[in-house]
Amino acid sequence: MTETNPLTKKDFKSDQEVRWCPGCGDYAILNAVQAVCARMGIAREDTVFVSGIGCSSRFPYYMSTFGFHTIHGRAPAIATGIKTANPELSVWIVTGDGDGLSIGGNHLAHILRRNVDVNILLFNNQIYGLTKGQYSPTSPVGRRTKTSPMGSIDRPFNPISFALGCNATFVARTYDSNLKHMERTFEAAARHKGASFVEIYQNCVIFNDGCFEDVVDKKVRDDRMIDLVPGEPMIYGKQREKGIKVEGFETNVTGADDASVWDPTLSSSAPAFTMSMMDENPGHPNPVGVFRAVSAPSYDEVSASQVAEAITESGAGTIRDLVYAGETWEVS
Amino acid sequence: MTTTREPGSDLPLQKQERVVIRFAGDSGDGMQITGNQFTSTSAAVGNDLATLPDFPAEIRAPAGTRPGVSGFQLCFSSIDIHTPGDNPDVLVAMNPAALVVNIADLKIGGVVIANTGNFTAKDLKKARVEVNPLEDGSLEGYRVIKVDINKRVTEALDGSTLSTKEVQRCKNFYTLGLMYWLYSRPLEPTEEWLRKKFAKRGELAEANITAMRAGFAAGDIHEMFQGRFEVPAAELAPGTYRKIMGNQALALGLISGAELAGLKAFLGSYPITPASSILEVMASFKRHGVVTFQAEDEIAAICAAIGASFTGSLGMTTTSGPGVALKGEAMGLGVCVELPLVIVNVQRGGPSTGLPTKTEQADLLQALFGRNGEAPIPVLAVCSPSDAFDCAIEACRIAVEYMTPVILLSDGYIANGAEPWRLPDIDGLPRFEARFEKPREKGNSRLMPYSRDERSSRPWALPGTAGTEHRVGGLEKEHLSGEISYDAENHEFMILKRQEKVMGIRASIPTPEIRGPRSGDLLILGWGSTYGTIIDAAERCARTGTEGSTLHLRHLWPLPEGLDEIFDRFKAILIPEINLGQLARVLRGEYPHHNFISFPKVQGRPFLSTEIVEKVTDILER
Repeated sequence: MTETNPLTKKDFKSDQEVRWCPGCGDYAILNAVQAVCARMGIAREDTVFVSGIGCSSRFPYYMSTFGFHTIHGRAPAIATGIKTANPELSVWIVTGDGDGLSIGGNHLAHILRRNVDVNILLFNNQIYGLTKGQYSPTSPVGRRTKTSPMGSIDRPFNPISFALGCNATFVARTYDSNLKHMERTFEAAARHKGASFVEIYQNCVIFNDGCFEDVVDKKVRDDRMIDLVPGEPMIYGKQREKGIKVEGFETNVTGADDASVWDPTLSSSAPAFTMSMMDENPGHPNPVGVFRAVSAPSYDEVSASQVAEAITESGAGTIRDLVYAGETWEVS
Repeated sequence: MTTTREPGSDLPLQKQERVVIRFAGDSGDGMQITGNQFTSTSAAVGNDLATLPDFPAEIRAPAGTRPGVSGFQLCFSSIDIHTPGDNPDVLVAMNPAALVVNIADLKIGGVVIANTGNFTAKDLKKARVEVNPLEDGSLEGYRVIKVDINKRVTEALDGSTLSTKEVQRCKNFYTLGLMYWLYSRPLEPTEEWLRKKFAKRGELAEANITAMRAGFAAGDIHEMFQGRFEVPAAELAPGTYRKIMGNQALALGLISGAELAGLKAFLGSYPITPASSILEVMASFKRHGVVTFQAEDEIAAICAAIGASFTGSLGMTTTSGPGVALKGEAMGLGVCVELPLVIVNVQRGGPSTGLPTKTEQADLLQALFGRNGEAPIPVLAVCSPSDAFDCAIEACRIAVEYMTPVILLSDGYIANGAEPWRLPDIDGLPRFEARFEKPREKGNSRLMPYSRDERSSRPWALPGTAGTEHRVGGLEKEHLSGEISYDAENHEFMILKRQEKVMGIRASIPTPEIRGPRSGDLLILGWGSTYGTIIDAAERCARTGTEGSTLHLRHLWPLPEGLDEIFDRFKAILIPEINLGQLARVLRGEYPHHNFISFPKVQGRPFLSTEIVEKVTDILER
């Protein structure tokens, strides 16, 4: 870490012209990430952004850090190699609903289960943008697209439930129209040791415009969205008059005074799972914020410590030790 | 201890130059252990040797059936040998299925040792045999020795605390003892091995030792044989030796290769037959700084290795043909991002799942061409178990010096085969230290990640090195800057650059040496595991006065310099391959003016030397 002056957002901007469609939600996400990188103060050279294929996956070119634009769906696998080989690096994965949950679903599941210490940003726009408008594994049933002219018949993934099902240690959701919320969420993800998963509701102005409008639009969001803040009561509404009360595996909309306090640090992921599907109940808001934040050893850390332990116990090996081993005999 | 008559001491001791034994039994009978122990002991007494395990893909096929037969063939000798032998001199058959599956391979006049305890009506039925082959005269022409091993083991372990089942599991050591007696081998190495293996269950070690000693004593007491044999130590080149299996040597070579480059080895792998044991061996060498990652699938395995190479480790991945098929896209990424990467394919029978436990050389064209776009990757092939060590180091050298993925081909025959390995002089191993970009101050010229050195290799700049931040990826790169470029001329320039770089590897590889006359009517050309068989065949030809020149290729892409001139000196070039003629096809394209004769065999097992001798004779007589 050679930087001595405090870093600014500008330090993380690359010299490349950003080529997303005008009005794309990705611009705001890029901004928020650059702000958080500056705030975290991790040197550019110690930071690696890894992506797969898709609109979001152009992200590494716009960062002045190290970057690896890989192949479709495989960013988590490449990032696992990077982080395991050098646990000192700050590693970020940028993926989308198609890249992360369709073609790369297997790798996403496994990086979460292993708890590799990386930050995963899943840009969810419920559509395939780069291939110009086919339904994705998060498109709701009935969504009409080029490949579902009569409406999608696929039941979608809930990315938060997916991550919780993989026993992820940090799971959160944010949305592209709230810079502050994004920055707060990304920072919490970056500070978490282990795999951090953040779903971002991201608008695709060209192929799926307004896909989250009924939740994130400023006019409705106070009543349709609830922010899960660790250690605080679950309150929402224009006047912050409504609350969520948890009873067993059920949630009920109540007055603010009866709201339960949200605790994402419980060892069981069951409450978080209940929260992740809250909006399927009529009259319930759509949850964003931190669903889960528990601590567990990270894969890269344990892998490195096994190597260190083997060296401490038996001494560092040499080629001679390898070759001149087992039962040998001399021929003269 | 009183002096007693050594068992069998009054029987004639006959010297033999080389012996081939095949142990065959049910996959639960422990034939692989028996074979391996016989091999280790033969190595310890100084024989040259070669082995060929042959086991079913099923872990435990129904007991006593033909698909459940597991075999282990070894050749041990007092002369230099190159193959596990064509036809066994001795067949040990633990049950009727083992007998009927293997009898056709036994040399005429060879010895069958049959465990009659497992030749009951029920056993015959399981093996789908109607009449007992031990009694119907079908074994005429062989020397059949019948031993009720089940009964003998029960007697030997009378009074033991072990269960009947556990007692019966000592059968293979009784058999081993019998064979040790027949070939005058010492029991101590196996006794020591058993005590170590069953350190926590001493009673099992002792029971197996008792069974083995009983088998050894039985050879004499029961007068089953007319004499004993001795295979004296071979005259091997001076040096320190150890017995090595192909996959083990390959793992040691990969670890050494990384160290010779001054890098950490990172292996990303997904278990697959017959490559899995490379991952197992490497996982056990953590004190050498080796990091192993057992991935969720073949794709993740290679991708993690590429990620590790991006950070300055030497990324490696080990698999077999079906795994290579899955890794194709990531291999193309490796070509584009120009990072070192070693991809090992331990070939097995294909297509699809094919014959997982059998050998084949049918992935050569996949290695050379199995990717989208113009994606040249250098390809090497291992020719014997101990050669895997040197080849793995060579693959690492090319990967690091030329910043490129490298494919290293081995196969099931080499992977599980064993031979004595004359250990190399460590100081004499090649060194090829990797060079990394140094940190750059602000104001210094910026890194050009796609600039090129004298080998056309690009710089390796690692995360963590200030001032060298850059982006790589699978989109076409602009020459020098490495920025995304859709420019038509740049694309062609980059394609040619990548091709030029890989072809330039030629400058660093030697022209292979001809064995035998340097010109003549016929050259036998091989690659990979046909090496030993071809040499053996050529030596046999030479003994009968037929010229037998041979040439073996380690580097399959790029091909070494000087081949055209060599081919010019022969009227015909015979290419035996365990595929339908893949190398022949490549050579016909590269050197169209020569007479290549393809000699294919695709049966999931190696060539026999006699098959090649016959083919050579046939060609030369025409």
